[in-house]
Amino acid sequence: MSRIPLPYNSKVMDLFRNPKNLGKIEDATVIAVAGNPACGDMITFYLKINEQTLVIEKAQFESYGCAANIATSSIVTEMIKGLTLKEVWTDITWEKVTQEIGGLPGVKIHCGVLAVGALKRAIRKYFNDHGNAPAWMPKENTFEEKQALEEEELAETMSKRLKPEEEKSPP
Amino acid sequence: MLMVENVKELLKLHEGITRQVYLDNENSSIVPKEVVDAMLPYFNMVAYGNPTLTHKPGWEAFEVIMSCFQKISQFMGAKVLEEISFTPGESEANNLAIMSSCFAQRERGKKIVISEIEPINVLHVAEMMQKFGFTVTKVPVNSEGFLNMEKLHEAIDKDTILVSIAAVNNELGTIQNIKEAVQIAKDKNPQLLFHTDATDAYGRVPFNVEDLYVDLATVSSYKIQGPRGIGALYLREGVNLDRIIEGQVGTQKLWPGVENTPLIVGFTKASELAFEDFKGNTEKMGRLRDKLVDGLFSELPDLRFNGPRGEKRSPDNANISFLRAEGEALTIELSLKGVYLSSGSACSRRLLQPSHVLVAIGRRFEEAHGSVLMKTTRYLTEEDIAYVLEVFPEAVNRIRRIVGSTGVA
Repeated sequence: MSRIPLPYNSKVMDLFRNPKNLGKIEDATVIAVAGNPACGDMITFYLKINEQTLVIEKAQFESYGCAANIATSSIVTEMIKGLTLKEVWTDITWEKVTQEIGGLPGVKIHCGVLAVGALKRAIRKYFNDHGNAPAWMPKENTFEEKQALEEEELAETMSKRLKPEEEKSPP
Repeated sequence: MLMVENVKELLKLHEGITRQVYLDNENSSIVPKEVVDAMLPYFNMVAYGNPTLTHKPGWEAFEVIMSCFQKISQFMGAKVLEEISFTPGESEANNLAIMSSCFAQRERGKKIVISEIEPINVLHVAEMMQKFGFTVTKVPVNSEGFLNMEKLHEAIDKDTILVSIAAVNNELGTIQNIKEAVQIAKDKNPQLLFHTDATDAYGRVPFNVEDLYVDLATVSSYKIQGPRGIGALYLREGVNLDRIIEGQVGTQKLWPGVENTPLIVGFTKASELAFEDFKGNTEKMGRLRDKLVDGLFSELPDLRFNGPRGEKRSPDNANISFLRAEGEALTIELSLKGVYLSSGSACSRRLLQPSHVLVAIGRRFEEAHGSVLMKTTRYLTEEDIAYVLEVFPEAVNRIRRIVGSTGVA
């Protein structure tokens, strides 16, 4: 294990200290999760969608993770408010999220990727639940969704390598 | 440049802190004024020469280095001065011990035996030696970090040339029974060398190289509030090892380069302060540590105490996992309140890497990710700990509010 300096910028720090749009939405239209506590980061997005216009009226989050994870999740909820699902799908990329937050230390780039992965999952889930996937939504997982899945699978594999509990009983 | 600007902004956020409590004594330490004052004359007033040269400043340096040698070797329990070698730190001493032991005995065997929870400056060097044809066997530990002595016995064979087990685990504070481990190892193979990283024992738990009968032992200055950049390796009389780096050799046969007299003096001064009132110092560390741990456990639910409790734990060490909170977020939140500590996990490219020590004692990844390590010193006060207990619970609670129900099964 090596440690890497993490000089977060003031925007990351600001959203870490005062996250915008934090917490559950009780009557969310769709909820999606990405990551896993075993990976060290996990995000839940709650979206309230206008079902006529497909505009995101409200977006909130909860997050288990580092300052970058909290800040990127929070900024995503800010960026998508008032946009249609199609606009979000095509315009919100991990690069854009990273840019919007003023840059991230290299080892934290995956936080933005995970946040967009969770967001795309939410949109895909919304259409799947309604059984009417639009033509603009690719059937194949996007880069960010694949990355989220990979991270979850990696954590699963690593956790499985852990020793069984009984071998670790106190003396 | 951008990064430096970020850090300046980050530091500004800390303005207005009313009290600062440094608990990250695992990773660096405050060098107290009395130690700095002892070092200062050696930069420019006296003994600034090279100790191997024939002039007054050189002889002065030789004299002071030899007197430091004498003191450090007494504190470690060494018989003769020649048994101690100063190095630029514990990483260098551990690297020297392992690489040199392997190379010196390469004709005799190839097997290195370590524990699963060795610090990475032992673990990674041992693993690196695999490139040179050596093998590494890691002996497991139980849920409190105690070495499995039966497995140690099984692991030792004719091919074993080196055993390296830390006297006190740096993350868990677990005090190993090194005497028993040495006996087991040497009974089965008297020729092997036994090294112990004693950086977390020195100045905190009774430790004596003669009594333990180890061949090699590492100690470090900053872990007892001395300056960084200086440590020492003990080599039992008769153990002959070679240098791993070459250059101008002076008083330190195993580490070339010009001796850093001020650091050697600072290390010695810190050692004197640690050992002058060993009982008082360690009792104070223990009392403050217990107050810290008990206070956190009474204020917060869902904590896990990592490592043993009681007499078999180093008095300075507190390692706690905060469930439903991620360690890095906690360290930043607490830094903004003037409380400085470190998390057991570190960020790699994609996944957070849990501490190999916490994984070895059976902690799940999410438990390791929420772990923080704190170490008390003789310089901390009751008021410091009271302040930590005042701000810590709210820090954890705020991070837990952000987590909400995410990841809760």
